[in-house]
Amino acid sequence: MAILSKKDQGLLMDPLADNNPITIQVLGICSALAITAQLKASIVMALSVMFVLAMGNVVISLMRNIIPSKIRIIVQLIVVAALVIIVDQVLKAFAYELSKALSVFIGLIITNCIIMGRFEAFALGNGPWRSFLDGIGNAAGYGLILIIVGFFRELLGSGTLLGFKVLGDPIQKTGLYALGYEDNGFMLLSPMALIVVGIIIWIQRSRNTKLIEEN
Amino acid sequence: MGFKEKMNSLKEEYKGKKMAPAFNALHTFLYTPNETTKNGSHIRAADDLKRTMNTVILALLPVLVWGIFNAGYQYHAAVDAANGIIREPSLLGNFLTWDNFVIGAWTVLPLVIVSYGVGLTVEFIFAVIKGHEVEEGYLVTGMLVPLIVPVDIPLWMLAVAIIFGVIIGKEVFGGTGMNILNPALTIRAFLFFAYPTWMSGDKVWVHDAVKLAGTPDAISGETILGTYAANAEPVYNTFDMFFGFIPGSVGETSTFLIIIGALFLMFTKIASWRIILSAVVGAAVMGLIFNGIVDQGWITESSKFYGLMSTPFWKHLIVGGIAFGITYMATDPVSGSQTNKGKYWYGFLIGFFSIMIRVFNPAYPEGVFLAILLMNVFAPTIDHYVVQANIKHRMKRLKLKTA
Repeated sequence: MAILSKKDQGLLMDPLADNNPITIQVLGICSALAITAQLKASIVMALSVMFVLAMGNVVISLMRNIIPSKIRIIVQLIVVAALVIIVDQVLKAFAYELSKALSVFIGLIITNCIIMGRFEAFALGNGPWRSFLDGIGNAAGYGLILIIVGFFRELLGSGTLLGFKVLGDPIQKTGLYALGYEDNGFMLLSPMALIVVGIIIWIQRSRNTKLIEEN
Repeated sequence: MGFKEKMNSLKEEYKGKKMAPAFNALHTFLYTPNETTKNGSHIRAADDLKRTMNTVILALLPVLVWGIFNAGYQYHAAVDAANGIIREPSLLGNFLTWDNFVIGAWTVLPLVIVSYGVGLTVEFIFAVIKGHEVEEGYLVTGMLVPLIVPVDIPLWMLAVAIIFGVIIGKEVFGGTGMNILNPALTIRAFLFFAYPTWMSGDKVWVHDAVKLAGTPDAISGETILGTYAANAEPVYNTFDMFFGFIPGSVGETSTFLIIIGALFLMFTKIASWRIILSAVVGAAVMGLIFNGIVDQGWITESSKFYGLMSTPFWKHLIVGGIAFGITYMATDPVSGSQTNKGKYWYGFLIGFFSIMIRVFNPAYPEGVFLAILLMNVFAPTIDHYVVQANIKHRMKRLKLKTA
């Protein structure tokens, strides 16, 4: 017997590919463009969003029957804001450099469309356990794209991965740099992140033609 | 069996197979295809896509030849300058020499070969994957690219930029005729943002200047725009600037040859005279505005914009890449405006923004490629309003008649 029922598995796995929040629903693009210049920042961002989304989904799901629908957006905002502040403070306490690198973007998780989208679309109508799975799944789908984009941008833009000089030292001209290789400065600019996301969408849709809309 | 028949039988053999587009491309590049149109309109005209592209290439050849000689000439001039000798350019005396040609060909021809080799390979791969025909669009792009880069750009950078430009600038939109941005300028923009140290400064415009930097033999060759931006007076006189005895990207130095190319393209009706004329007017207007600001004394010599702002407006037109950009890239029929009225606006704004970017961005005083890319994006918007205005105009006339 599987640990999760088939439906629960779908909640967890669908957002990774066929219903990815970034590449299919095109949500949460701003942060995907802004903080993916480094892989480390992408990973931290992905984990932060996962925490906020999973916890938020559970909280909203528990309260779903007592929230008056007229003020539900305000309630949702308060829940997200509280969780984001927790994340922000934890980062400031334990990873100050990183929290500076991410600057306002941790705070801006509040405005990440994926979070409000999942609250509205899922947590308000489902139980806490399934809401939790949905939150983890969607945050993982979001994080997956962030990490792919961050990987390529850091590798090609700075020649490093998680800060390690994997391609050699550009100043002492070792590794690839001895051959005349140079880092691609365009990779560090946000437009290139958009292009990388676009290429991912392109590849995904050409592999899975079901995803192409008819027009 | 002649070569043409051989090609044709090869084509028949591969019909419907995966590699068919590649064979068709070779065939139609060399000869008119054997088959005729079967349905739809039967317009037969000599100025098809291939003829159009070849005409533009023809107009580019003088510029390329000049670029080759100039690459050698600038190298020798810079070496002389480093030794304290000032060179007086003379066309037959020290410009069109075998020595210049060898150095120039050694630096410029690899750019052309890489440009065509990489670009056409990408086109072929896409044609085979997508099953459409190889289009002629890259013929001009492949010629433009080597002409708008510095002579010493590393070839692998050029190759990376071309792969990017052809795929992201053209193929994702559906190939030739569907692109919203000019592919050659996409390639240049990629190079500029990715490898700025190879695209600007005073070291990249002369062959070997990078290699010799820091050694006792160090040479430098700043572009005229760079000199103006640094608030200095260039050592070249107007004659040199107009005929092109100056450092710069391979093909953009000789305004004289570019004007000849422009006249040729306008005469053959390949390039729109509306765009060229209005772009020149636009650049002159912006130049005059800046000159006026300087004359009024609102900007003094202490300002970092003074150098380029006080440059006479007509000099703006003969230095830098603006003449080249207006002639060969603003007139791109795919990414430019389609309506006649729209072309005036499109051209005017290209000239206008080119000079504006030039003056306000002294770190990289060449605005024409950014201006053209910007207006490429707005070209459909301009066309939309022109068409809407026309519809409105005719609706009004209709109402008057029926009322």
